[in-house]
Amino acid sequence: MKDKKDKRVYAKLFLSVFQLSACTFGGGFVIIPLMRKKFVEKLHWISEDEMMDLTAIAQSSPGAIAVNASILVGYHVAGIPGAALTVLGAILPPLIIISIVSLFYQTFRDNRIVSMFMAGMLCGVAAVICDVVIRMIQDILKQKRLLPLSILVLSFAAVRFWNVNIILIILVCGIVGAVDACLREAKKRKGDSNGLS
Amino acid sequence: MAYLELLWSFFQIGLFSIGGGYAAMPLIQHQVVDVHPWLTMREFADIMAIAEMTPGPIAVNAATFVGTRLAGLPGAIVATVGCILPSCIIVLSLAGIYYRYRKLTMLQGVLGGLRPAVIAMIASAGISLMILAFYGSRTLPADLGGIDYIAVGIFTLGFLVLRKWKTNPIYVMAAAGVAGVILYGIL
Repeated sequence: MKDKKDKRVYAKLFLSVFQLSACTFGGGFVIIPLMRKKFVEKLHWISEDEMMDLTAIAQSSPGAIAVNASILVGYHVAGIPGAALTVLGAILPPLIIISIVSLFYQTFRDNRIVSMFMAGMLCGVAAVICDVVIRMIQDILKQKRLLPLSILVLSFAAVRFWNVNIILIILVCGIVGAVDACLREAKKRKGDSNGLS
Repeated sequence: MAYLELLWSFFQIGLFSIGGGYAAMPLIQHQVVDVHPWLTMREFADIMAIAEMTPGPIAVNAATFVGTRLAGLPGAIVATVGCILPSCIIVLSLAGIYYRYRKLTMLQGVLGGLRPAVIAMIASAGISLMILAFYGSRTLPADLGGIDYIAVGIFTLGFLVLRKWKTNPIYVMAAAGVAGVILYGIL
């Protein structure tokens, strides 16, 4: 009896994530509110607070947010087997769609109309990325701190003009960020104890 | 051997793309265009456009595309597995730590330092795509006059629409594609 119920949960878990992943265009954050709706509001498998925590972990881990969030939801509901199922559900839709696209890619690409469409779309992609970058830079400017701004300018010069390996840049900036956080934490603690005395 | 290279390349992409969304883009370009001769810049631009129009994360889309072209379906699976393996390991370990301590100051600090760097890299990759769109080549040509005015027009219009109305990117891209067919077809 219990076995049967387990199977139903697994099937539901897989199908839910598969559906969500198949409908998440543009990737990234879009899947988070959709997951919240499905697993918190509809199925009641995860509480509101837990979903917030899962989102924070998904965002701060490397890799695609949609994949990370799926792993966490699956693990939360049904342990490692659950995580395996949800990760499969998350990657199958893009895997299937892009496999088909790449089979026909060369034929498509040689077509004059498709080629003109892709040329136009490339301008669209460039515009979207410009828009995203400007919005993200505005967020950095809003912090009004010198460190993030210097990291922004220096990393740009490093990657664009000095041809520094980007993995190296990521490692260095990660360390700088960690040291900065520790120093600020220490300062805050010192400030607190001064305030008390 | 080809499988191993695919796995390792996409493992690095998965491991170092932090911050979601476009963070993977510069890393994919680095691995599949610069380090390995797997895609031309034009093909890389195509896959970015296709990834934007189809569901799923950019990195998984790119992994499937590159994997299929190099070694068919097994290649696609190997590249995709490489791409999500770091996620699986790190997310599950972090979840363990998080459930125990409920605090991630250090991690948030790392992210704070990374975010501006990731923005800079996305900006750089975006500029490469713009040069490709406007001049049809990877790097800026010596003669800047040979610019594609139709491309500049479509870009500017798309950019203004995005800024002004915060339109869904998919619509802008589809409209840009249609505009390309009409304008390049007539002129």
